[in-house]
Amino acid sequence: MGSLDFLTLLPYTSDLLKGLLTTVVLTVVTTLAGIMLAVVVAYLRAHGQIWLRRGLGTYVEVTRNTPFIVQLFFIFFGLPGLGIKIDAITAAFIAMTLNLAAYSAEILRAGISATAKGQLEAGRALGMSALQSYRHIVLVPAFARVYPSLISQAIIVMLGSAVVSQISVFDLTYAANFVQSRNFRSFEVYLLITLVYLLLAFGLRRAFMLVGSRVFAYQRGETR
Amino acid sequence: MKAIQQSIQNGGLSLVKRLQSGIVATGVATVLGLGGLGGSATASADALEDIESRGTIRIAVPQDFPPFGSVGPDLQPRGYDIDMANYLADEMGVTLELITVTSANRIPYLQTGQADLVISSLGKNAEREAAIDFSDAYAPFFLGVFSADPDERLDTPEELAGMTIGATRGAVEDMELSNIAPDSTTIQRFEDNATTISAFLSGQVDYVATGNLVAAEIAERNSNRAPSLIYQLKDSPCYVGMNKNEPALQAEVNRLIDQALKDGTLNEFSQRWLSADLPDGFGS
Repeated sequence: MGSLDFLTLLPYTSDLLKGLLTTVVLTVVTTLAGIMLAVVVAYLRAHGQIWLRRGLGTYVEVTRNTPFIVQLFFIFFGLPGLGIKIDAITAAFIAMTLNLAAYSAEILRAGISATAKGQLEAGRALGMSALQSYRHIVLVPAFARVYPSLISQAIIVMLGSAVVSQISVFDLTYAANFVQSRNFRSFEVYLLITLVYLLLAFGLRRAFMLVGSRVFAYQRGETR
Repeated sequence: MKAIQQSIQNGGLSLVKRLQSGIVATGVATVLGLGGLGGSATASADALEDIESRGTIRIAVPQDFPPFGSVGPDLQPRGYDIDMANYLADEMGVTLELITVTSANRIPYLQTGQADLVISSLGKNAEREAAIDFSDAYAPFFLGVFSADPDERLDTPEELAGMTIGATRGAVEDMELSNIAPDSTTIQRFEDNATTISAFLSGQVDYVATGNLVAAEIAERNSNRAPSLIYQLKDSPCYVGMNKNEPALQAEVNRLIDQALKDGTLNEFSQRWLSADLPDGFGS
C-alpha cells in the first residue's frame, strides 16, 4: 500500500456529502417515526384487544429475532413477488422504522409496567381525563425511566443503517463503497466515514439529551 | 528466455540440437515468434493442407466457461464454442478432435502446434495480435444496457437521461456507464452480480447494465423478464485464433464464418447459448 493520501477523496466530496445527508435524514425521520410507532405498539400491547396484543407480539418478536438485513431484503426484493414494489429509500425507511419501533416498544413496555395501577386511578380521582392521566402519569414517566435505553437503541439503528447501501440507497456507506471502487483508497475513505459515524452517534445522543432535558424538566430538583 | 524454457519442456534433446545449430536456428525461431515450437508441426507450407491431408482438425475449446464451453450432463463438452468447432469441421469435411484448454494455456496450445485452431471465446488485444492471427468475429461478447421491454432501442447515450439503471458496483459496465450517462441518469449500484440480477428480476429496476452472458443467464432463469439490449457500452466479440502466416486457413475459416452468418447458423448458436439474437450489425 502506498502512503496515505486523503486528498484523493477530494473529487468525491459531493458524493460523500450526499451520502451523509441521506444517512442524517434517514436517521432523523426513522427515529421520530419509530418512537411514535413504538408508543402506539406499547400501549396496544398493554391495553389492546387480545388478538391485537397477539398480533403485535408476533411483530415485535419476529423483528427482534431476525437479522435486519434479511428484513430489508424481504421488503425490497421479496415483496415485489407479491406485487408490492417499494423503492429503495422507502424500503430503507420502512425497515428501519419497523426495526426501531419493535425494540423501542419492548423497552417502553418495561417503563409503562413500572407504573403502579393505583397512580393512574389517583389521577382519575383528581379529575384528569383518561388520556390526560395516561399521558402525565404513565407515559412521560415511563419515557423518563427508559430514556437512556431508547437513545442507545436509536443509535444502534442509525449505525445499522449502513446496511441499506446493499439495496442501493445512497447513504454514507454507499458513498464510501462507491469512492473505494473508483480510487481504491479503502483505508482513507473507510477511516473518514468511521469518524463521521462516530460524530453522528455523539450528535444523536446530544440531540436526545437536549430534548430529554426539556420534556423531563418537571423532574428537575426532584429526588428519585 | 521463453524460447529456451519451452525447448526444455519439449525435451532436452531439442535444446541441445538448437544450441549446436547455433545462431541460425535461434534466429529462425525468434523471427517466427514461435518459441520452442521446433518447426516440425508447421514446417510444411500450409496448415490448411495439413488438416485436409490428416483428415482431422484439432480445435482448442474451453470447458470452464459456460455458455461458451462447459461439461454437459453426459460429461461431453458443450457450448457455443463447441458448436462452432463442430460446424467448421463438418463444413471442411474433416473429423473434429476437441482439445479442452483453460484461458491461460489456449494460446500456447496453438503456438506449440498442438491445436490448429483456438475457439475459446478469445477476444482481441494488441498483445495477442502480435502472437497469433484472428478470424472474423464468430460470437458476440459485449457489455450493454438491457431493458425489460423487448421493443426498446436507444441510439445515443443522451437517451439514457432520466432512466434508473441497476449495475454491479465497480464492474467495467459500471465504469463505462458512469462515463457516458447524462447527469439525470440514476445508476443504482449493487454489491455483486447476484444482487443486481435480483433487483432486475424483482422489478426494482427496469434497466440493467451488464454483459451479454449475464443477460443470457437472466433470460434462462426468467423468460418473462428476458433482458433485451437497448444500448451497447463496450464491444469485444470473440474470434477464432490461429497461427500467424496461415492465409489459406484464415481465408477458409473466414469464408465459413461468413456463410454461417448469412445462413443463420450463427444466430441459431446465439439463440441456443445466449438466449438472444445476434446484436444488430454483428460481423459488419
